[in-house]
Amino acid sequence: MTQLTPMLPGPEPMSLRGSPRRRRKERSVHVVLLSAALISILISVGIVYSLVGNAIDFLQKIDLSQLWTTGYFPRRGLFDLKTLFIGSLLITGVALVVAGPIGLGAAIYLSEYASPRMRRICKPILEVLAGIPSVVIGFFALTWIAPNIVQRIFSQSGTFSLAAAGIGVGILIIPIIASVAEDAMRAVPLALREASYGLGARKITTSVRVVLPAAVSGIVAAFILGISRAIGETLVVALAAGGSGGSVFTTDITGPGQTVTAAIASLSFGSDQPAGDDAAFQSLYFLGIILFIFTLLLNLAGDVFVRRTRQHY
Amino acid sequence: MNQLTEQTLVTVTLPESSPERSGDAANRADDDSVFSLRGVNVHYGSFHAVRDITMEIPRRQITALIGPSGCGKSTLLRCFNRMNDLITTAKVSGSVIYNGENLYDSYVDAVEVRRRIGMVFQKPNPFPKSIYDNIAFGPKVNGIKGNMDDLVEQALRDAALWDEVKDKLKQNAYGLSGGQQQRMCIARAIAVQPDVILMDEPCSALDPIASARIEDLMTELKAQYTIVIVTHNMQQAARVSDRTAFFTVEVDEARSSRTGILVEFDTAQRIFTNPSDSRTEAYITGRFG
Ligand SMILES: Nc1ncnc2c1ncn2[C@@H]1O[C@H](COP(=O)(O)OP(=O)(O)OP(=O)(O)O)[C@@H](O)[C@H]1O
Ligand SMILES: [Mg+2]
Repeated sequence: MTQLTPMLPGPEPMSLRGSPRRRRKERSVHVVLLSAALISILISVGIVYSLVGNAIDFLQKIDLSQLWTTGYFPRRGLFDLKTLFIGSLLITGVALVVAGPIGLGAAIYLSEYASPRMRRICKPILEVLAGIPSVVIGFFALTWIAPNIVQRIFSQSGTFSLAAAGIGVGILIIPIIASVAEDAMRAVPLALREASYGLGARKITTSVRVVLPAAVSGIVAAFILGISRAIGETLVVALAAGGSGGSVFTTDITGPGQTVTAAIASLSFGSDQPAGDDAAFQSLYFLGIILFIFTLLLNLAGDVFVRRTRQHY
Repeated sequence: MNQLTEQTLVTVTLPESSPERSGDAANRADDDSVFSLRGVNVHYGSFHAVRDITMEIPRRQITALIGPSGCGKSTLLRCFNRMNDLITTAKVSGSVIYNGENLYDSYVDAVEVRRRIGMVFQKPNPFPKSIYDNIAFGPKVNGIKGNMDDLVEQALRDAALWDEVKDKLKQNAYGLSGGQQQRMCIARAIAVQPDVILMDEPCSALDPIASARIEDLMTELKAQYTIVIVTHNMQQAARVSDRTAFFTVEVDEARSSRTGILVEFDTAQRIFTNPSDSRTEAYITGRFG
């Protein structure tokens, strides 16, 4: 007790105050980390600011009717939004038709059926698939998927098609869906599986009616990640969908088409590169903003869904 | 009765009818056994967990398995409905004869076994679904016919839970208290109309009042079901069980192995008042374990 009185000299009060050097050091660590956080916020704000500014410029330069026409041909002043949006949606849809069942099936297999040995072999292979550059998949979609799959099923289909690109994107997102969904399913406690087996349920019933619903938030997250990736995917579409020169509005997946991201890409480096201070160039920013809002909404929707269905074990 | 009470080694109130009834059970013929275990051994990989268990489980009675931690009670219990199949390293040898059929015969489908021999676990494990869907799950996957609402109600009534949950059947089962969840798990097991209910320390996560309710429930259920229960609570075993099996761990220092063995299997009355093996006596009087 007496040692706490301020009258007493000696090392005790000093040691309580701590070393000033250490406290200075802690303050500077704080400042460094704070600036890292601030810089990333500043960059985001800067990007959004320049996007919005240029997009407004663009909208002032053009007639708004140019945004709703027969197709997307930036050099001819046709900036039809629905062409690109429907294009993106079709690609995403085809990709999900491919990757949804395969990814989920792989996840169920790896989490519920595979022996530990099999899982040790399969997981790395899946990760290799995730590591294949999208340009390779794009090329594969153009030179193999289009002639061997799409043209076999739809004989009227040509070299380029939304379907071929969509399948390519689907292959790209299989590993994302499979591995995130598998993690979610493996996190479901053994006790729930035991409850199910104890009631005389078979493995498939246990997997589909107990484990899958219990992991639903993670599986939704897996699909949202897959969809985000599909919407954002550029190169596969630019190579295989055949819309680089512009595209008329279409809902036909067997023909060529264009998506938001591929349009941005071809505007910036491809055959559509506009000369001079054209509105076409600024349409990039406008498309960028739309893409930004699109993915933001998707993530928000995913978040709401995940929170609403989150289960505590 | 008086004489018996004086000899009782643990302070328990035995059910009125216990002496006669368990005396009966001890003398029952084999065909009144639901299970006959013959030389059952369980290995986890090379680890010999349970050795050479031979015992009979009488029909429509409560059999308690007691013994120190790690003696293989859960391991043995999980042989009764082939739950050990879920553990890839577990290997069972010997025979577990259930109504004349060896559960470990190659033609036997473990799913069919578990449909008849239900299980309640140590920790309540409701599905993250509504109370109704929890109960309806078993009947649905087993294709049991009949009005599902009635089935659910009956199972919940049998588990003495109906009055507490009848107004919130559509609510998530996680909203129930631990004791209610455990009774819901019992209701869920009953809903598939099994023959046997296995319970692995069903009260260990519950407070004394909730445990007492489950004990009452077990006593009611044995009119219809054969119950095998693992418990660490000696009073509970003495109160509810008709027959009690005491297991222990045999430690072999030389080979550093720890193997579970059955020491004594008799009426609860005898085990708790006048055990014939000194290890049993030491355990139930608390000098060991
Ligand atoms: N999945 C498993 N893999 C390997 N060994 C196991 C496994 N489960 C149990 N064992 C071992 O088998 C022995 C018996 O375990 P068991 O769980 O059956 O004991 P118990 O009598 O139920 O114990 P407790 O009273 O603590 O529940 C223990 O030595 C344990 O370590
Ligand atoms: Mg146990």
